[in-house]
Amino acid sequence: MDFLTIIQVLDSTVRLATPLLLACLAGLFSERAGIFDIGLEGKMLMSAFFSAAVAAVTGSVWLGLLAGIAASLVLAGLHGLASITFRGNQLISGVAINFLAAGMTVLIAQDWFQQGGRTPSLIGGGRFGPIDWPLSETLAGVPVVGPVYSELLSGHSILVYIAFLAVPATWWVLFRTRFGLRLRAVGENPAAVDTAGVSVVGLRYAAVMICGVLCGIAGAYLATALQAGFVKDMTAGRGFIALAALIFAKWRPWHAMWACLLFGLLQAIALRFQNIDLGGVVIPVQVMDALPYVLTVVILAGFVGKAIPPRAGGEPYVKER
Amino acid sequence: MTLMKTLMGAATAVALTAGAALAEPALIFDLGGKFDKSFNEAAFNGAKRWADETGGSFREIELQSEAQREQALRRFAEAGANPVITMGFAMADPLSAVAADYPDTKFVAVDVTWLDAPNIRQIGFAEHEGSYLVGMLAAMASKSGTVGFVGGMDIPLIRHFGCGYAQGAKAVNPDVKIVANMTGTTPAAWNDPVKGSELTKAQISQGADVVYAAAGGTGVGVLQTAADEGILSIGVDSNQNHLHPGKVLTSMLKRVDVAVYDAMKAGENLETGVFNMGLAEEGVGYALDDNNAPLISDEMRAAVDKARQDIIDGNLKVVSYYENDSCPAVNF
Repeated sequence: MDFLTIIQVLDSTVRLATPLLLACLAGLFSERAGIFDIGLEGKMLMSAFFSAAVAAVTGSVWLGLLAGIAASLVLAGLHGLASITFRGNQLISGVAINFLAAGMTVLIAQDWFQQGGRTPSLIGGGRFGPIDWPLSETLAGVPVVGPVYSELLSGHSILVYIAFLAVPATWWVLFRTRFGLRLRAVGENPAAVDTAGVSVVGLRYAAVMICGVLCGIAGAYLATALQAGFVKDMTAGRGFIALAALIFAKWRPWHAMWACLLFGLLQAIALRFQNIDLGGVVIPVQVMDALPYVLTVVILAGFVGKAIPPRAGGEPYVKER
Repeated sequence: MTLMKTLMGAATAVALTAGAALAEPALIFDLGGKFDKSFNEAAFNGAKRWADETGGSFREIELQSEAQREQALRRFAEAGANPVITMGFAMADPLSAVAADYPDTKFVAVDVTWLDAPNIRQIGFAEHEGSYLVGMLAAMASKSGTVGFVGGMDIPLIRHFGCGYAQGAKAVNPDVKIVANMTGTTPAAWNDPVKGSELTKAQISQGADVVYAAAGGTGVGVLQTAADEGILSIGVDSNQNHLHPGKVLTSMLKRVDVAVYDAMKAGENLETGVFNMGLAEEGVGYALDDNNAPLISDEMRAAVDKARQDIIDGNLKVVSYYENDSCPAVNF
């Protein structure tokens, strides 16, 4: 395996990890505030559809992005309404959102575009194009540094850079601001936050909405940056892999980034090398596809470190009994 | 209460008359969905053509899960639909279980040829022959000497496609390098354009400049990426040349639409048995239209048409993957 191949695999890793990372950070905000969210998949899917649809109709990818975020926020609001205001079961609400998104996207798409549950192909300004960093052409010839700079770092769409900048931003918000402290406290001990005179409901809604925005960007990335349009079920389980990454990262932002990059790398390797021959032992591609889930189960089972979810996670807060 | 009774009575009456009225044909789409721009959509187009021409109507269902296969078959058979047309190899097991229970209903199985039942019309396509032709075109159009193949779910049928393609490419250029990848091993592999894109990018970085997608909805991503990166792609099942005019070299046509149209036209008097649709029967072929005319030179056309004739005459034999579960031209 030569150096260029490694760069190409890593480049693919970055592209594949980006939607995972955005969804994973979305889940991080929500779950740190005590709201489990298995509806990441549904929110991404809904956003993917609306971003592609609006971008196709208006020809502006930015309006598409806004529409995608708005659609995702609507579902996030629904999840908040069900699980915060009405104290419903958060898992059931999440499942319902996934089903809702899977059905509604195809239904609306068919009614709107009559192209069989997909949007028209996006062209020109309807897509996020790659951003070439300055000097990437000139530096490409430089050994080692050149390819890393021009292939790996430069030439992604702006949403990729937003996703990776969201990691330090998330860390700063959660661990260096008053809002973050309260948000984490609400996930651990909402009664204490309530005693301090801070609104538990307000904080949880804020977390769920941030989750909606991040899922919206993730969906728009799939439909308008990686692809040129929406295809039914195009998230293909990425929301669940993101959840696995969240658990793998033990609900911490930097770890979430590494977990998503690891899972992205596994996918990239699986795509590039199908069956890997390691000195006579052939590792079939299915092993790579299953590894994220296997790793998560191993972590959950407590073999390697222990994944402890936020203590108040999954439980609606009741002020008085 | 009386109102309820009346309503229920009326509903029952409607249900009974609907069942007895007229034997409508029924069409069961496979998991890829009715509008996959490919295999299932071809079936839908055939059915629509029949409906437009005859003014008839047909029943249809898009399967959402494996568990629905037998259920859908039984419901259509119970409702009196005739013939019941099924799409895809995965219907073989449910069909063999259900067909015997409804001896008066005719079933049509597309992509199934190995069942033993008197009331099933089984239609197999010689995908390897059609793929052979597009493989030749790919190798002739390729400048780098490397061609790619992206399959959907890793099943023998898709390997069958890939195997014919590889043989065609090797026939033109014995030194051609063939990069073959499968998207996955679950039905989700039919609807993952993002993975299709990544596979295409990976193949491009390995030198491929023509990529053949036999992958249902995943192929949309393959064709898109190929067009974005400035290489050629080959569509499958339906004519996909129009998706990216001038960027899609050709499409391997599998005339599922003709098979479905014929079955619906024959109606209850359908002939049962095993039918093979190869090049000779025009069951498979390659697409040539205004969108790809500039890409196919006269020499390419002549070479492919000669091979087509040789296959029909029996002078040229394309090895089927099914014969011994392996391919002489490529390893998957």
